[in-house]
Amino acid sequence: MSNILLWSLVILGILGGVAAVILFFVAKKFKVEENPLIDEVESVLAGANCGGCGFAGCRNFAEACVKAAAEKQSLSGLNCPSSDMSKVAGLLGLTATVAEPMIAVVRCNGTCENAPSKVHYEGADICGFANTLYAGENGCPNGCLGLGDCVKKCQFNALHINKETGLPEVDEDKCVGCGACAKACPRGVIEIRAKGKNNRRVYVACNNVEKGAIAMKNCKVSCIACQKCFKTCPFEAIEMRGNLAYIDFTKCKQCRKCVEVCPRGSIHEVNFPPRKPKAEAPVEEKPAEIIKEQPNESKE
Amino acid sequence: MNPIKTFPKGGVHPEENKLSSDQPIITFEIPKQVIIPLGQCLGAPAEPIVAKGDKVKVGQLIATAKGFISANVHSSVSGTVNKIDDVMDHTGYRKPAIFIDVEGDEWLEGIDTSDTLVKDITLSSEEIVERIKQHGIVGLGGATFPTYVKLMIPKDKKAEYVIINAAECEPYLTCDNRLLLEKPYEFLVGVKVIMKAVNAPKGVVGIEVNKMEAAIKLDEIVKGDKYFEGIEIQPLKTKYPQGGEKQIIKAITGREVPSGKLPIETGCVVVNVASTFAIYEAVQKNKPLVYRVVTVTGKSVKKPSNFLTRIGTPANMLIEAAGGLPEDTANLINGGPMMGKSVSVTTFPTIKGTSGILMLNEKDAQPRKVSNCIRCGKCMQACPMGLEPYLLNRLARQNNFEETEKHNIMDCIECGSCEFTCPANIPLADYIRYGKTKTGQLIRSRNQK
Repeated sequence: MSNILLWSLVILGILGGVAAVILFFVAKKFKVEENPLIDEVESVLAGANCGGCGFAGCRNFAEACVKAAAEKQSLSGLNCPSSDMSKVAGLLGLTATVAEPMIAVVRCNGTCENAPSKVHYEGADICGFANTLYAGENGCPNGCLGLGDCVKKCQFNALHINKETGLPEVDEDKCVGCGACAKACPRGVIEIRAKGKNNRRVYVACNNVEKGAIAMKNCKVSCIACQKCFKTCPFEAIEMRGNLAYIDFTKCKQCRKCVEVCPRGSIHEVNFPPRKPKAEAPVEEKPAEIIKEQPNESKE
Repeated sequence: MNPIKTFPKGGVHPEENKLSSDQPIITFEIPKQVIIPLGQCLGAPAEPIVAKGDKVKVGQLIATAKGFISANVHSSVSGTVNKIDDVMDHTGYRKPAIFIDVEGDEWLEGIDTSDTLVKDITLSSEEIVERIKQHGIVGLGGATFPTYVKLMIPKDKKAEYVIINAAECEPYLTCDNRLLLEKPYEFLVGVKVIMKAVNAPKGVVGIEVNKMEAAIKLDEIVKGDKYFEGIEIQPLKTKYPQGGEKQIIKAITGREVPSGKLPIETGCVVVNVASTFAIYEAVQKNKPLVYRVVTVTGKSVKKPSNFLTRIGTPANMLIEAAGGLPEDTANLINGGPMMGKSVSVTTFPTIKGTSGILMLNEKDAQPRKVSNCIRCGKCMQACPMGLEPYLLNRLARQNNFEETEKHNIMDCIECGSCEFTCPANIPLADYIRYGKTKTGQLIRSRNQK
């Protein structure tokens, strides 16, 4: 009995030893020389493989950074939204150009209240599938389907479906603006926008491109392409994309005039302090005065 | 008659519920306005050639096919074009359509509207295919694939069999059954026309045994008349999906369509009953596809019926005529319960592919509790294509479309047998259908490179 044990130990030991020697030489022979910087850069990255940089994974991005640093001495065009680029630049001996922080924005406000469900969906909980089947529980062909393809794709736990509204909500502290959710959404409801000055943003929370009369039927807060905001904006930041207003965040100066004129309440302002009654009063009175004056003038 | 045949692998047997099989086809009144969608077939939607205010007659071409896989659209009524606008179709999306206000019922000249049976086939096979193409015939079973594409046999292939798919394996639907019972002669001449078009010596009509009345009737006619030589009536076992193209070929000829190939590889051309009738009307009577038989049914429906309706009639009119929408309706389905799709509006226009409007009651449409897959393998036994639905479901959920392709997801015929049999009530067919679209996109993008 002990003999068998001994023999097996000896044979396995010899086999192991021989294999180790072979492996040692094979490893020496086929060693791939890799810049150790790549490992270092990778270690400061988030490691979520979110794809926000445009590369397949963090490792590929790290390789690209090291390569760019060696060849061009700059990291232009390379940006990891989810980690500190200054750390990467520091490792590579460069100064980082800090890209504007971005954030995911849900351009739909078709909550259960605003856009009541007409039908009930039962089936695979994949937006990409439901989108091929039907227009949506509330009938809006461009609105959020609420099945959470975006939530499943988020690597940073920054998106959640609010059960009361049935819409995804973005956690501002966690979202890095990698864009994985925007890519996952089959209807393009989620947009990646600049986080904005002082974290303040103004955007059109609607994605419906149908004509006004039709858009009005399905949802209380849909954009009906009345163009009021388009005409009001002093900075030409608003463009009409078919039947939908779009605020260009690179031009928007956050004056919030569009928010005031929107008759549907579909333009949202985020993180602004509550309006002071003083500032609000003249804004509301002014247009009223103008309307009063005009008929008077014409009479005179 | 031949002994009963069936396909060997998988299949399920849902409750038949053929409630309207004794109801004769009623010619439905022409509505005041018809809405004719431009996209009525698989492939590209047609392009309109009429404008607002134009006068049209029944059978007049109003939109031409755009591309190879596409079909002409004809006016189903006479009257004035009201507008060309978007209309909400059965999915709830808005699609372009032609609205026509009806004035009288004036047919285009050259169309034979009489009931006389025309037996002599004067056209050559090329002319027949061209006629079918011009008259906008598509597969009326529901898939709406342009029929002329099927009938254009590649030069290196030879059609041996024309198989007429009269299985009607979908529960509830009875439109094909009624057509066989009421227009058997026209139907059989249609079979002859197709046989001439593809130059096939044999024509086989596959009928499930739950429609024995129609089968016996057809068999008597075929045996009693030399003209119908070459046509055979083949009874098939009542099993879903007996009417699947690949299943019916396997059942009748014993041949298997190779993966990713078309039925012509096995020397078969499969055509649906309603399409065959439409082909008869188009070729022998010069009548474009302007109407079809629609089954309006449901357990709580007062008068389950079969209506001969003009294309573009709003569905709610048909529902009204069948006794109105029952109060306990929980699910309105366009098509049959197995492969049809739930709809969110009742106003959608009936199109060429609308074979039935089904109103499921609350009891039948009750959502069942979904639990986890325990890998019992029932779905594998039920799959008529020999796939592994539980695996495809899992891979599709993981978005692993390279793997789904390796496991032949593209061979899935989306019959839903797996979902029907699943004891855990997992919506397998949904996930597989999703995986199939995604895998298809993957393959196409790879082929483009």
